[in-house]
Amino acid sequence: MSILSIKHLSKTFGTHIVLTDIDFDVEKKDIISIIGSSGSGKSTILRCINLLEKPTTGDILYNNKSIFDTNNSISSYRSKVGMVFQNFNLFNNMSVLKNCMIGQEKVLKIKEDEAKDTSIFFLKKVGMLPYINAKPRQLSGGQKQRVAIARALCMKPDALLFDEPTSALDPQMVNEVLLVMRDLANEGMTMLIVTHEMAFAKDVSNKILFIHEGHIVEQGSPEEVLKNPKEEKTKDFLKRFIER
Amino acid sequence: MPIGFINIMTFLFEKYALSFLRGAGYSLLLALVGTFFGTLIGLLCGIIMTIPISKDDKTWYKIIIHTIKFIINAYVEIFRGTPMMVQSMFIYFGASALFSINMDIMFAAFFIVSINTGAYMTETVRGGIISIDDGQFEGAKAIGMNHYQTMRYIILPQSLRNIMPQIGNNLIINIKDTCVLSVIGVVELFYASKGVAGAYYKYFETFTITMIIYFIMTFISSKILRFIESKMDGPLDYDLASTDTLAYTSEMYSIPNKRKLNDDYFHYKDI
Repeated sequence: MSILSIKHLSKTFGTHIVLTDIDFDVEKKDIISIIGSSGSGKSTILRCINLLEKPTTGDILYNNKSIFDTNNSISSYRSKVGMVFQNFNLFNNMSVLKNCMIGQEKVLKIKEDEAKDTSIFFLKKVGMLPYINAKPRQLSGGQKQRVAIARALCMKPDALLFDEPTSALDPQMVNEVLLVMRDLANEGMTMLIVTHEMAFAKDVSNKILFIHEGHIVEQGSPEEVLKNPKEEKTKDFLKRFIER
Repeated sequence: MPIGFINIMTFLFEKYALSFLRGAGYSLLLALVGTFFGTLIGLLCGIIMTIPISKDDKTWYKIIIHTIKFIINAYVEIFRGTPMMVQSMFIYFGASALFSINMDIMFAAFFIVSINTGAYMTETVRGGIISIDDGQFEGAKAIGMNHYQTMRYIILPQSLRNIMPQIGNNLIINIKDTCVLSVIGVVELFYASKGVAGAYYKYFETFTITMIIYFIMTFISSKILRFIESKMDGPLDYDLASTDTLAYTSEMYSIPNKRKLNDDYFHYKDI
């Protein structure tokens, strides 16, 4: 059974068509990498799934129920489908620990002690336990992103959406974040990753979506899409990537 | 009457110390109360002014929000666009002429300073809220916070920090500008000084004292506000909570501590 089903999703900003007929399923423990050039609509897919953007048409099913159904709360849905952003979006007015606790306390209504234990557990997991007292402005990019991942994990999500989690980082920091993500993948976390890290996508994911100008041009296993692409556009994109 | 500028000043201050200090006390009280309630009004109106309205909202909701925003806009424009001196005459005498309400002078003064400050603070708070990066809203939404929670725990604390210098500005402006309330008979520092000056016709000496008192009040206020700001920012360094030696080798960035930068700069403690 799919956790998430994206059904014929499209999105327009004014007259600008960003996504057209996006249709795919996310099974439990799936790791789906979404690749494509900048401006192709990759991030918008994730933002639509998390309802940061409202899709123009189409539907999103979460555990086979439409998330637009008025009976379902958007807040509780969002807390179950976590999101990690390119620019981290940590709360600047809070310490690392509080960043991880606030969602549990206010959204999941978990008691402070328990929220603290959970936060410490996940901060330890991403190697950020020593920094629980630091404010986001005192951390490096890679550290911020690891805290952001811990914050998302603290909500005990069914799936995690990563929107170019390493694009704002230098190569060394990229590795520290990818290591954490690799760990999560090995533990069976369901993940949707928008990324330009082709090697990582190839290693970790079981499914790749190639997006071009708002369409899914090709989807399949990493071998199918990355090694033996059928579509010309995919070949072009991958060729440019190798040349770079 | 002594001779010489300094001697006359000393004489006047000693003789009328109580008048000066009481006047200064009223000025300060008016400024503090006015800034406090003005900030509360500004917070309320500023938050309402930034409530997002989307196409999908219900019509009655949109009408209500638009109407409230229109009223707040009118309030801001009117009270920013007219002098406080005129407002005080208008409200104090208007209340008695139109509604036969004889306001207590001090109540009228508090009321006028508060709503005048509130008009400016509305725009300050609105600016403070829209200056917060969209990412903060998105980060909060992404973990399931609703609009109220996002504002309460994430946006407003950061906005408040950002608008602290402007709140300080308003306090200092109010300490000085409450002197216009003398037109309705509030015995604040300026009004008290006029009385003292008139007693011996020593205007220059009296108002030199007044200048000094005003400056002391505003200068101390600005220093206190700076202190509060630095408290809000929290410490510049932080304690590492670890016995994990690997932690020290990973990158660690902290804003340099201006006060001290020595061997115990990084503190380690077990948790």
